[in-house]
Amino acid sequence: MKLRYLKLDKIDGPLLFLSGVKQAFYDEMVDIVVEGNQHKKGRVVQINKDRVVIQVFEGTSGISLNNSSVAFSGSPMRIPLSKDVLGRVFNGIGDPIDGADFFAEQKYDISGRPINPVGRKYPRDYIQTGISSIDGLTTLIRGQKLPIFSGDGLPHNDVAAQIVKQAKISGDATANFAIVFAAMGIKHDEAEFFKRQFELSGVLNKVVMFVNLADDPIVERITTPRCALTAAEYLAFEHDMHILVIMTNMTSYAEALREISSAREEVPSRKGYPGYLYSDLASLYERAGMTKTSKGSITQIPILTMPNDDIAHPVPDLTGFITEGQIILSRELFQKNIYPPVNILPSLSRLMKDGIGEGFTRDDHPDLANQVFSAYTHVQEVRALAQVIGEEDISDLDKKYLELGRQFESKLLNQGFEANRSIEETLNIMWEILKAIPKGELTRVKPELIDKYYKG
Amino acid sequence: MNNEHSKAKIIYINGPVVKAENAEALKMREMVLIGRKKLIGEVVSVENENATLQVYEETSGLEWGEEVISTGKPLSVKLGPGILSNIFDGIERPLEQIYGMGSTFIPEGIGLISIDLNKPWETHITASVDDYLEEGSVYATVQETSMILHKLMVPPKTRGKVIFAEVDGRYNIEHIVIRLLNDEGEEVSLKLYQEWPVRTPRPVRQKKAIEKPLVTGQRVIDTFFPLAKGGTAAIPGGFGTGKTITQHQLAKWSDADMIVYIGCGERGNEMTEVLEDFPKIIDPRSEKSLMERTVLIANTSNMPVAAREASIYTGITIAEYYRDMGYHIAIMADSTSRWAEALREISGRLEEMPAEEGYPAYLPSRLAQFYERAAYVETLAGNEGSITIIGAVSPAGGDFSEPVTQNTKRVVSTFLALDKALAYSRHYPAINWHNSYSGYVSVLKDWYEENIAENMMELRAKILSILQEERKLLEIVKLVGEDILPDDQRLILEISKVIKVGYLQQSAYHKDDANVSLSKQYKMLTVIDKLYEAANRSIKEGVPISKVKNEEIFYKIITMKYKVSEENLELLDQLMQDIDEYYSSLEKMYKKGSGQNEAEISEVR
Ligand SMILES: Nc1ncnc2c1ncn2[C@@H]1O[C@H](COP(=O)(O)OP(=O)(O)OP(=O)(O)O)[C@@H](O)[C@H]1O
Ligand SMILES: [Mg+2]
Repeated sequence: MKLRYLKLDKIDGPLLFLSGVKQAFYDEMVDIVVEGNQHKKGRVVQINKDRVVIQVFEGTSGISLNNSSVAFSGSPMRIPLSKDVLGRVFNGIGDPIDGADFFAEQKYDISGRPINPVGRKYPRDYIQTGISSIDGLTTLIRGQKLPIFSGDGLPHNDVAAQIVKQAKISGDATANFAIVFAAMGIKHDEAEFFKRQFELSGVLNKVVMFVNLADDPIVERITTPRCALTAAEYLAFEHDMHILVIMTNMTSYAEALREISSAREEVPSRKGYPGYLYSDLASLYERAGMTKTSKGSITQIPILTMPNDDIAHPVPDLTGFITEGQIILSRELFQKNIYPPVNILPSLSRLMKDGIGEGFTRDDHPDLANQVFSAYTHVQEVRALAQVIGEEDISDLDKKYLELGRQFESKLLNQGFEANRSIEETLNIMWEILKAIPKGELTRVKPELIDKYYKG
Repeated sequence: MNNEHSKAKIIYINGPVVKAENAEALKMREMVLIGRKKLIGEVVSVENENATLQVYEETSGLEWGEEVISTGKPLSVKLGPGILSNIFDGIERPLEQIYGMGSTFIPEGIGLISIDLNKPWETHITASVDDYLEEGSVYATVQETSMILHKLMVPPKTRGKVIFAEVDGRYNIEHIVIRLLNDEGEEVSLKLYQEWPVRTPRPVRQKKAIEKPLVTGQRVIDTFFPLAKGGTAAIPGGFGTGKTITQHQLAKWSDADMIVYIGCGERGNEMTEVLEDFPKIIDPRSEKSLMERTVLIANTSNMPVAAREASIYTGITIAEYYRDMGYHIAIMADSTSRWAEALREISGRLEEMPAEEGYPAYLPSRLAQFYERAAYVETLAGNEGSITIIGAVSPAGGDFSEPVTQNTKRVVSTFLALDKALAYSRHYPAINWHNSYSGYVSVLKDWYEENIAENMMELRAKILSILQEERKLLEIVKLVGEDILPDDQRLILEISKVIKVGYLQQSAYHKDDANVSLSKQYKMLTVIDKLYEAANRSIKEGVPISKVKNEEIFYKIITMKYKVSEENLELLDQLMQDIDEYYSSLEKMYKKGSGQNEAEISEVR
């Protein structure tokens, strides 16, 4: 029989303070029984001799200094996993919430260890999402972490759902494909939207969901992505599966972290977020990738909303410093009724260089993408000028650039939620829009490729 | 070494910060082993009978009451053959070997392993009995890789007469190859390695003046903002602006003898990429694989934060050791901001008084001390060697006014400012030519004049002034459009485009353009200068800009970086002739007064 401690010193927000503890270790899970019947889980977050600080998952409401008992479990936080997790729904601490029980022999520590860089395999295979702006200009690679930077009210959920629906990886891998979905602080209807989309695309039995909604305890928001990534690692590295992890919303996650940090009276850094926000986010994002010993992969698409659409806000900023690029949605394009409203200029896929071109997508892809970026940059400059001096007074060449800009947005970007384009289609559209400007402007494309693809 | 167990016991655990009581015996900055798993840590403060430790491994699972064992020595690294071509964690533990233990993931409690103790090395003994060896003098050599001859040196503050010298043979690094009798009459055994505390700079005879460039093969750097052997540089930039790619480019192509690459709090995949790519890349100078001169230190962003703080020191200590052999080392730290943040995180957990933005008050001095370890030196043995430090800086929000960028700026001489707007338009490397600078331009002037060309630096200044001029003109263009400008000013805009697209832009991924010799850089500059001068003359003669901007000629110049290979640089002379011919005939035509004759002009082309 384990020792149970019956008297607490203090309760502060999500934290319990307990003294006289005989034995406890850092990160240990504890079991809290309130009023003799209600179980809550907690975790040791600080030890000072026999005084221990415990972070309570399900929230501290209902706990008083002497109506509860605390027992130390002797292990860190672990969740049971087997292949049967596919198709199931769990809460943020890994308890099933879809009405059935879940048992498995093996339990896994959710904190995850760092992958040895020597054990990694550099990701090089591309995933066709069927979305032109992504496939053509910010290509997603299997094993990449590529977040969507969005804003409140923008269609990031649709974009993520469309990727899930359309994602195609080359070769036989498709059969071995599954999705891990981590919901953090999102609203009930958003979670429902995803569920319905998974159902519509017929993948519901290949999805594992870990759900912590906006009104669920915030402490569990911290463990939600860790449970999800532990499941993803299990499926990818023990069962060679290709896992797409959608994590939404990282901003809510970071806010939960801030709330707990301030309850612990830690020294805040930018905007009140704790100084370790970077390391903490990295401990999630770095769990993407491929390894030498397994055929599987973990591709992450974290979604975050930029408060005030500000990309310099700590959450998008630190995310961008860790992930391998970012896909940025633009309110301006959204208001022009363009879907998906991807602002390609600040968007980037760092891994695309190795996954595109001859033998991967098509020989013209790298140069072509480069040319489109440079042309569209100039479109922005011309638009700014036209604002000042009027469209009539700009040079003829610049007028052509304006036309290119219009075509880019209407033909390439604006494809709608249903269109699923092949990479060839996407690349052909890119050539198409470049025809708006004279051939001599195509300085970023090799002449051979211009001869081969620039027709008319 | 004092391995005796102290009775220090853990009383407090908070992430990487642990406190121990009963710790009077622990010394400041001493390395300790913590708990049953023997996690590695370092004493960062001592107060009464309590000591505070920073732990280089995950503390999850640690209990209060577990023992803390003193090692009696400061955090040190082993220095000997087996460092090159390898990858280590922040405290010099070999990641290959750890991987070989059977897991893809890094476990904790691996203990204090370092370079391979068992691998035999073909050793040539250079000292003989009765020689008197001074500190720093070489007593044996090992061909560590095909590129680097490893010189075993008498450690600093050690000297004496050789009383035993091993014969040449294959030995592991624990083998005693030399015994000295020092001036105090004590015997000193020398093996194939020595140990050195990472936080202490290794001594040199003297620091020397900086006068040679670190040639990088990157046009914007070598031509405009040069690095110097023994110098310092910072590469600040928001996310995705190209810090890592630039550092990789320098690691690949710079003319250092050896590269120490520290991945400090960055991505695992970036280290993997180096591990996969470098062995396949051939160094143009030695024609050997680049990995032969490279050592990697990896503390990726998800590895324990305290080891991130140490990784910088581990890297620089390794660099100093090879410098002492008389090599020129370039050390890249990507990113120094993560190191500063590690300082901040630990400082916060120690409840120290924060200064600017939560960083500890000692941030500026730590940064200065680190960069101070770069220098061009005369080694203890009297050779020349150097360490060049190139640090990436990752300012929050890309805003250079934050403390790490500002404090770094104060201590480095070359500042390569990466620019978001350039990166967005895919102008790579996105080094902004208005905000960047190099403090070495004047000291390197002589070198460039002697080794490249008399007028290289003049050309540099001229091209930069064209770009300055362009900046002013663009302000006007923004308001009124380009058409209003007189033709000579429009020419400035056109030439600036050529400079930007044809010269400054340099793709790291283009097989022929990733690395460019200084002679090609110089020739390309003269071509652009020729174009400007000839075109400018034509405009003065009244030729309209529409004719001066001949698409064919301009296209040839913009693409000369791809079309003219290092072996055929004379093609650039040809190009200059083409320019001359085209513009002279253009001028002639306009002088004749019949200038509007299209047919005649295209004939000339
Ligand atoms: N010289 C270059 N040639 C070609 N592409 C480049 C070059 N420099 C940067 N890039 C492009 O920019 C992308 C981002 O570069 P990099 O990863 O070096 O950024 P970073 O500044 O290190 O970002 P972070 O701070 O997030 O690590 C690269 O993936 C590449 O696509
Ligand atoms: Mg980087």
